[in-house]
Amino acid sequence: MGEFLINAGGPIPMIGFQIVSLIMFFAGIYGFFTRRNLIMILISVELILNAVDINFAVFNRYLYPDQMEGLFFALFGIAIAACETAVAIAIIINVYRNFGNADVDNIKHLKG
Amino acid sequence: MDYFSNFIYMRSEVSLLGVILFLLLYDIIAGNKGMRYFQPVAIFLFAVHTALNLFPYEAGESFGGMYQYEPIMTVVKTILNIATLLIFLQAKHLFDGDAQKNKRGEYYFLTLTTLLGMYFMISSGHFMLFYIGLEMASIPLATLVAFDKKDKKSAEAGAKFILSSAFSSGIMLFGISYLYGTAGTLYFSDMASLITSNPLQIMAFVFFISGLFFKISLVPFHLWTADVYEGAPTNVTSYFSVVSKSSAVFVLMTLLFKVFGNLVTEWHNILFWIIILTITVGNLFALRQRNIKRFLAFSSISQAGYIALGVISGSSLGMSTVLYYILVYVFSNLAAFGVISAIENRTGKLSIDDYKGLYQTNPKLSFVMMLAMFSLAGIAPFAGFVSKFFIFYAAAQQDLYILVLIAAVNVIISLYYYLRVVKAMFIDKNDHPIQTLATDSWNKASLIICSAGIISAGLLNIIIDTITKYSFGM
Repeated sequence: MGEFLINAGGPIPMIGFQIVSLIMFFAGIYGFFTRRNLIMILISVELILNAVDINFAVFNRYLYPDQMEGLFFALFGIAIAACETAVAIAIIINVYRNFGNADVDNIKHLKG
Repeated sequence: MDYFSNFIYMRSEVSLLGVILFLLLYDIIAGNKGMRYFQPVAIFLFAVHTALNLFPYEAGESFGGMYQYEPIMTVVKTILNIATLLIFLQAKHLFDGDAQKNKRGEYYFLTLTTLLGMYFMISSGHFMLFYIGLEMASIPLATLVAFDKKDKKSAEAGAKFILSSAFSSGIMLFGISYLYGTAGTLYFSDMASLITSNPLQIMAFVFFISGLFFKISLVPFHLWTADVYEGAPTNVTSYFSVVSKSSAVFVLMTLLFKVFGNLVTEWHNILFWIIILTITVGNLFALRQRNIKRFLAFSSISQAGYIALGVISGSSLGMSTVLYYILVYVFSNLAAFGVISAIENRTGKLSIDDYKGLYQTNPKLSFVMMLAMFSLAGIAPFAGFVSKFFIFYAAAQQDLYILVLIAAVNVIISLYYYLRVVKAMFIDKNDHPIQTLATDSWNKASLIICSAGIISAGLLNIIIDTITKYSFGM
């Protein structure tokens, strides 16, 4: 950590990006389990997916700079996350229309 | 190799894409009159597609190893095709009401698109194609779950499915990103030798494999299953329980054998405990279900445990028994769901108690349901017994006696709840049984095919011989 702070003037070391992506990932997991609103849960999932995209781009740039595989994976990941969000929002709107709100505590018709 | 010859190995994908595009155009061009023939046309085209892709050809790869073909994949895709065809035959009643009429086309494109995604997932040779196939299979599935827009249960199940599915694929992607960071490649064939048992890779592997376990709904990852199965329209539930599950099982098997062969001790341990948990928890929860769709959801969880028992044996015999088990499971489960949707469609009844005295009024339906329950439980003359026997045999060959013992005890427990349905239909008295129902001829055809499959698949050698010929082990 000390080295990380001293090195502030030069290029950022890879561990810095790793810390950011890990924090994003676990914040997403925490949010997924604690948030009560469907939209907030969706945002938490997006946090997880974006943490993964950072990982791919950083690994590619720092460890394997002579190929593009990770960057392409990140691009495709962004596109697919967008599709997922679109469908999820459509379904959440449908939930809102049926139940009158999008709160997890009120949506409990299914249990057994 | 010029660009177009890449598609030679992808002929099953190309022909399925042709079917989807044709149906899409048909839906746009045909008026109200033409739409009456939509279901027969869709079933006919899909049957032609199934017949065209029945025979395996030589192995190969295209697009620089992104797409891999092996003859066993034709067997898997044919099993998926048969299951989808049977589900289409059972789907007629979904569109009987006037409000549903203009949604008729969507059901078919969405189902076929998920099937296309599963095809890509099965034949992928690179993690990117694998991920795209997986999402292509699960995003349209979420829209299918929420298909009934006015139904609260359907909307709730759709929201639950899309959110937990996105969460699980996020976890899986996180694993893939570390696998990429440690190995430097995403091609399955290159990665296999670069996987050593260093701790970061094992962690990445565990993250990755949890995402797949979610799709198969093995036990710590099964919590979405019962709710989604209950809320989704019955046809979509049957699609979930057979097609979606079996494609994920096959992918799990090929990945474990081909990519993670070096981590065999790790995944042996993981699968060992997960199988015990899955079979036991699935069984215990199935015991206390009153709703028949929830009941079949937990039954399908414990069936997935038996399938994983074939995966853990890791041999070529294991692979052939898993595929055989899946084929038999397709027939038995779809027979049960065919009966359920026939009854739900006319009466809206879904509780097991409603099935009391069904034999007096609907002897044929209750006979098919009995066959399905006997086959799922593994009672002797039916195919379910043979497939369970093969799975146990494959596991016992690898000296996994403890697992086989636990699984065998669970088979006995499962007899209780499968036979409870049979008892309700044949023995229990009911003053107001479900009235005599007229099943539509498509559904009748599907039930006849399923019953024929349940009775004959255990007796015909050619099925298991064909599967064994193309299977491979670690």
